[in-house]
Amino acid sequence: MPFLSEIFQHFLPETILAVGVMTLLLIGAWRGDKGFALVDELAVALLGLAIVSIVLSVKPDRSVFEGAFMDDAFARFMKVLSLGAALVSIILSHDYLRRAGLEKFEYPILIILSTLGMMLLISADNLIAFYLGLELMSLALYVMAAFAREDGRSSEAGLKYFVLGALSSGMMLYGASLLYGFAGTVAFSGIANAVSASAPIGVVFGLVFVMAGLAFKMSAAPFHMWTPDVYEGAPTPVTAFFASAAKAAAVAVTVRIVITAFPGADQQWRQIIVFLAIASTLLGSFAAIGQTNIKRLMAYSSIGHMGFALIGLAAGNEIGIRGVAIYLAIYLVMTLGAFAAILAMRVEGKSVENISDLAGLSRTNGLMAFFLAMLMFSLAGIPPLAGFFAKYYVLLAAVDAGLYPLAVVGVLASAVAAFYYLRVVKIMYFDEPAPHFDPSPLAVRAVLALSTISLLVFWIYPTPVMDAASVAAKSLF
Amino acid sequence: MLGFGLLSGLTFLPFVGVAFLLTQRGEDPATLRNIRWATLLTTLATFALSLVAWTRFDATSAAFQLVEERSWFGSGLVYKLGVDGFSMPFVLLTTFLMPFAILASWESVEKRVKEYMIAFLVLETLMIGVFCALDLVLFYLFFEGGLIPMFLIIGIWGGKRRVYASFKFFLYTLVGSLLMLIAILAMYGVAGTTDIAVLLKTDFPKEMQFWLWLAFFASFAVKMPMWPVHTWLPDAHVEAPTAGSVILAAILLKMGGYGFIRFSLPMFPDASTYFAPLVYAMSVIAIVYTSLVALVQEDIKKLIAYSSVAHMGFVTMGLFTLNPQGVQGAMFLMISHGFVSGALFLCVGVIYDRMHTREIAAYGGLVNRMPLYAFVFMVFTMANVGLPGTAGFVGEFLSLVGAFQANSWVALIATSGVIFSAAYALYLYRRVVFGALEKSSLKQIADLTPREIAIFTPLVLLTIYYGVQPDPILNTTAASVDHLIQSHTALLDAVKLAAAGQ
Repeated sequence: MPFLSEIFQHFLPETILAVGVMTLLLIGAWRGDKGFALVDELAVALLGLAIVSIVLSVKPDRSVFEGAFMDDAFARFMKVLSLGAALVSIILSHDYLRRAGLEKFEYPILIILSTLGMMLLISADNLIAFYLGLELMSLALYVMAAFAREDGRSSEAGLKYFVLGALSSGMMLYGASLLYGFAGTVAFSGIANAVSASAPIGVVFGLVFVMAGLAFKMSAAPFHMWTPDVYEGAPTPVTAFFASAAKAAAVAVTVRIVITAFPGADQQWRQIIVFLAIASTLLGSFAAIGQTNIKRLMAYSSIGHMGFALIGLAAGNEIGIRGVAIYLAIYLVMTLGAFAAILAMRVEGKSVENISDLAGLSRTNGLMAFFLAMLMFSLAGIPPLAGFFAKYYVLLAAVDAGLYPLAVVGVLASAVAAFYYLRVVKIMYFDEPAPHFDPSPLAVRAVLALSTISLLVFWIYPTPVMDAASVAAKSLF
Repeated sequence: MLGFGLLSGLTFLPFVGVAFLLTQRGEDPATLRNIRWATLLTTLATFALSLVAWTRFDATSAAFQLVEERSWFGSGLVYKLGVDGFSMPFVLLTTFLMPFAILASWESVEKRVKEYMIAFLVLETLMIGVFCALDLVLFYLFFEGGLIPMFLIIGIWGGKRRVYASFKFFLYTLVGSLLMLIAILAMYGVAGTTDIAVLLKTDFPKEMQFWLWLAFFASFAVKMPMWPVHTWLPDAHVEAPTAGSVILAAILLKMGGYGFIRFSLPMFPDASTYFAPLVYAMSVIAIVYTSLVALVQEDIKKLIAYSSVAHMGFVTMGLFTLNPQGVQGAMFLMISHGFVSGALFLCVGVIYDRMHTREIAAYGGLVNRMPLYAFVFMVFTMANVGLPGTAGFVGEFLSLVGAFQANSWVALIATSGVIFSAAYALYLYRRVVFGALEKSSLKQIADLTPREIAIFTPLVLLTIYYGVQPDPILNTTAASVDHLIQSHTALLDAVKLAAAGQ
């Protein structure tokens, strides 16, 4: 029996968040909305502390809590991504909430609760822990989608997300029960043993249902329907959080389940993943062409990007998982940068969301136009920007695994997607100027600038991300 | 210099200029003058540095020279630069033409001068990088990265249909290149590295070669451009500003030819032999068809654009003959076409700056008011036709000689293209320069300014010099061409022997 402290170090970041969020809740309950600024700052500090506790600690991979919780390099990598995205989302939200009159102390608390759910999800090593983490994450997200409760669109987004999310949770639970029934265990390793020789039909059914639920959380086509509406309706900083941290966690758990629980059923799950990947990349590129609202555009763009991340997973080997890890890291930076730019779109105090509002931005605000243009080129995957290397490594895995048709569909879809990213650049650079944007707050500008610059210089010094992703991928095999 | 070598310095020197330009604020004449001069000096310094590289370059060797290598992404991707007889001339061509491109934009670009100059300097870095890169992914990075500045140059400073042209340019090229990316990944799968020097020695399985060849072909054929995927070029040329057209015609198109000679021919020899008839067919169609199309154009730039497609047909034909004359001729033609087509677009720019139209019908009788211009335009028209004594002749002749050895029918049809090119070029010249000066708008048109004379003098001299004295270029490429052909024949012989042995 290992000492408690020895176990403790493996869930230190979760403990920091759990204890911290309860403290924040007390502060909030005591001070009311007057305490918003304090809670907000403490929330950032908590997330920062959690990141530091992961990055600085050197510890072996280990499963704790009777196999419910896995602390490995892959989990740590994904947790840092989710925590980082949550932290940036809070920083970005400050000004928006103030202007929208939404300075309620629950907001940072919900973000932290949801992030805590993500971390449990990422580390989940059996079906129970998986479901607990997922629901903790999702319940907080439903509330956040409807956070601007005076706003009809926000309430609609919350309701839609909740109804469809509950449906997907139901499917997932049904799948999980089938898995338990046929494998006789909830542990991923136990399921892996049960299906190592051949997968009984019931397990395949369970797998399909679980994958459907996960595809919903990742917003992979054909389970993407909620995404554009929720992205558009939810307050912008909340959308940023959905598109970044939540995606990272959902992809991470998908990777863990198929790799650790179904290594024997790879023929079965690969078909599902390949289908999801093709459907998502194609839908993400074609459906985005007609969009006029930039948040909806980003929703379709994120669907396409999830499809790309799944291309790496379809390969199902170490190179593929490394590709997914790199992809998510770069995708998060691009998404947060893009949402910072969207938050900076504000004319005479009111947020604007139409792509046409960006017209002529290069002449009214050259720096912001340049940053957003580079983000768009990066999202389109044009080298030397980091978005190219994200695509490069997932495609490398697909080609390595012999999935040529998948790789070809992926690149052709990305050529189509390039069209709508270019359209944003065209509107900013080639069109006549629209009204000026208001000066944006420092935090928003800083996030935009830092994310773009890191994408621009990634190719000069890629080693840290590459190394971390390699270690993360190795730990799953 | 942190252990970086000459070629890294050369590639990234334009960024020094970019850094300076970023410090400049405002639109007042003094600032604009600073911006223009700084850009010009940067390009001149880059040219000077490339001459240094040339003096250190040993043309008698076919090996990669001035090589520098650093670890980059790990796992097979290296940051590796180097030049050989194929890339050195293109590097020099790029650095040589950039100052002209800047000078051509001296007065004609009035809005957003700073951004314009930055775009050009970034483009220069990317172009030099394409020719120096000795890692396939690094090559791809520069190759594709060039789309961004060119997209902006056409889209911001272009003509009326600039948006359409810029999108067409970007998306056409992107689709082609993405297929090449898949091929690059597959090659990495076989060789475990993307180091070009290693890949050149790797034997790819024959079956695989065909797919790889086709994927690379998709990219380079669009870039070149070859018929039938050439349609982006006339649009891009017509809408781009003068300097953009110059760079597009003189250098960006050559990336396609460079790609063939660097990758397709040496890395996939079986597939290259197998597909040569396809390339011949596409080349002669391009030569004849686009020459005829050029004949009926009413826009000067469009006419020259179609003529570029026809000339590139000679290049692809020459390359795939895979004999010394054909490949040498193709290399020479690419270099000379760089001078000549660039200069022709500069010539169009001269009258466009004065009259703001490219309609052929809007001109006529220019020789009466602009004798100097008429002379300069005459030299480049003749060089474009391939008149003996100009640089245009040598390459066209050699590639035809090569084609004749490989396939006399191809040579026969291609030769008709020489006649057609004389027809459209002289017809254009007559309509623009000769005849009576009837249009009232042309009555006051002024001859070349000192700046324009300074631009054209070196170009005229070089066009004639290389026409009578082609050795400097031929000698630079000779060793590499010989090496390419020897290794190609050796490989094919080995295949034949193996087949005979069975």
